Amino acid sequence: MIQDKKAHKYGMVIDLDKCTGCGSCTVSCMSENNIPFKEDESDKKDSITWMRVYKLTNGKSFPDTQITYLPRPCQHCGGKGDHGHSPCVSVCPATATDYGYDTGIVSQIYTRCFGCRYCMVSCPYHARYFNWWDPIWPEGMEKYLSPNVSPRMRGVVEKCSFCYHRYQLAREKAYYDGTHEIAEDAYQTACTTACPAGAIIFGDLNNPSHKVHQIVKPDPHPDPLNRDVVGKSRNPKVFRLLERLGTNPKVYYMSEREWVRKLGDNYLDGEWEKVKNHYGAASHE
Amino acid sequence: MDAALIPEGAKRCSFPKFMLGIAIVGAVLLWGVYAMLLCWFKGLNQTNMNDYYGFALWIWADLAVIAIGGGAFFTGLLKYIFKVDELKNIINFAVIIGFICYSSALLILAIDIGQPLRGWFIFWHANVHSMLTEVAFCLSCYFAVLTIEFIPNILENRQLNKVPFFHHLAHNMHGVMAIFAATGAFLSFFHQGSLGGVAGVLYGRPFAVREGLLIWPWTFFLFTWSAAAFGPCFTLLVTRITEAVTGKKLVKDNVVHLLAKISGWMICTYIIAKIIDTIYWATVTAPGIGFEMSHFYTNNSFYGYWILVTEIVICGVIPGILLINKSTRENPTLRLLAIILAVIGVCLNRWVMVLQVVAVPVMSFDTWALYIPSWQEVATTILPVAYGIILIAVTYRYLPVFPQELELNKSKAQES
Repeated sequence: MIQDKKAHKYGMVIDLDKCTGCGSCTVSCMSENNIPFKEDESDKKDSITWMRVYKLTNGKSFPDTQITYLPRPCQHCGGKGDHGHSPCVSVCPATATDYGYDTGIVSQIYTRCFGCRYCMVSCPYHARYFNWWDPIWPEGMEKYLSPNVSPRMRGVVEKCSFCYHRYQLAREKAYYDGTHEIAEDAYQTACTTACPAGAIIFGDLNNPSHKVHQIVKPDPHPDPLNRDVVGKSRNPKVFRLLERLGTNPKVYYMSEREWVRKLGDNYLDGEWEKVKNHYGAASHE
Repeated sequence: MDAALIPEGAKRCSFPKFMLGIAIVGAVLLWGVYAMLLCWFKGLNQTNMNDYYGFALWIWADLAVIAIGGGAFFTGLLKYIFKVDELKNIINFAVIIGFICYSSALLILAIDIGQPLRGWFIFWHANVHSMLTEVAFCLSCYFAVLTIEFIPNILENRQLNKVPFFHHLAHNMHGVMAIFAATGAFLSFFHQGSLGGVAGVLYGRPFAVREGLLIWPWTFFLFTWSAAAFGPCFTLLVTRITEAVTGKKLVKDNVVHLLAKISGWMICTYIIAKIIDTIYWATVTAPGIGFEMSHFYTNNSFYGYWILVTEIVICGVIPGILLINKSTRENPTLRLLAIILAVIGVCLNRWVMVLQVVAVPVMSFDTWALYIPSWQEVATTILPVAYGIILIAVTYRYLPVFPQELELNKSKAQES
């Protein structure tokens, strides 16, 4: 039995100032994870895109218009207080989605899911997708499916797994190598490796030698302004989506531009000015 | 043709006329069954649901029928536990309506899930943290209780009752019905509540999320209270419709007035709690996570403040006042208006707590998502209505559902 008792907390930082919106992350994700196609992909509300890229603007007219692209995988939420009760995990009636306390990854057990879709309703990021159709690939393409990822059947929910199969392979390799430590470059998601701009950085948020930890500088203490929030970044350029809800995502975003950071959450009039310089509990210490 | 099965002394329409009615409603039922089979064999791509609308028309229908079916548990509680004896004259019908509502809810759930053959996983792999697990357990148990409550009425059929065993079984079951009524009330408290909890625990959905007591969000208590308040209105409404269709008075006015009065007071207390809950949510909960109340009711083509006013004022406060006031309560037209508004009100509440929850954008750059159900969804939602009409028609024809029917229609029977 392979045991790795040291708890990881895998996470991601996406540098929105580097992202060009090319879609390589989406394509590599679909290819890596055997995501099927619909005959007509024009209706995006029922097509499966584990990694979806949103196009955002600052809402200003020319010549002040600015845009940014925001890739959105599953946020692998730690839930309120970061206790593992993610919005989706806590509601699934059949324990078909689970929180890995050893990795921080939110998994989906396809053969246990019976398709009630409560998890989709609970997710404010729309990161969960239902298989409305039988999985079908264009003729010949099924030969290129990854043998490491099981295709999903009609009637179940699926989502980004942080390429968990790659974690499993890295863990096995570490075991055979006798190191028992998964090196930073030994486990990288498909989107991370595919991004031509190097905008996606992936690693263990608990490991100070990993780049994600160094960029995010996650605060392990609850945020004094909102006790449900744990792991807030101490980097002023880093933010999370809908952090105020207390979902505690493990996907962080980074931008030099204030309007981009502001789009990460919802604020009442005048509220942003008060909180924009608040970077986690340690900033008050 | 079927005279031997009809309760003694009761007047019913001719068998061909009855069968014609059944055939017409049966055609609608078959349409629903066809749509249901399409969904089962071709999958949920037959619906207009999508990844924004994981819950849609069916879950609304599910919550709505369970809410309006709440008349069964509440009337049972009043009759058997609080000993409100007059309600014995409507309890059979309340149980039948409850049975129809709950069996419909289970059927809708069976259509709604993506992998119907795995439906039992909810019991086998139960997640104790999930409100839906609580719903599944309590709903199934309560449906069993409703079936037990329904059985004595079935055994009172003229022919079945001639069998000594069935006669004594029915008699003895009536004797112990208080136990089942208490069990039903207990189970209903939890499944009605946990259906409210389904929405209230969604802390990723600011329109639904509520604070609460221990593990239960306030919606838990509001759903239970509203089902107890509005459920009897649906019982009264269906009774009124049955009276209109059969052309007979079936329940005495004092019974109707009593149930309407209790329902009125329940609605008034509920609506006060609902108003407090709404104000707290709009001024404390939602702003606390960055949302103005206007965010939930503007910038889209359907969900405006009208829906809030309709639910709380027009279909909540008004029927409540009409039913607690003796003069309006005893006025048949105003009472009918009140119970119709009340039934619409509770259904509207379930609608917003399912569909508006998922329609509202949460990420600052997201957009409103509106949805129109497919014909398959509509047909499968009408299916339980057709099934309900048929079951009411059959039970009314062959079972002594209304104990006061013969007394109230004695002169008519003598004339004929």
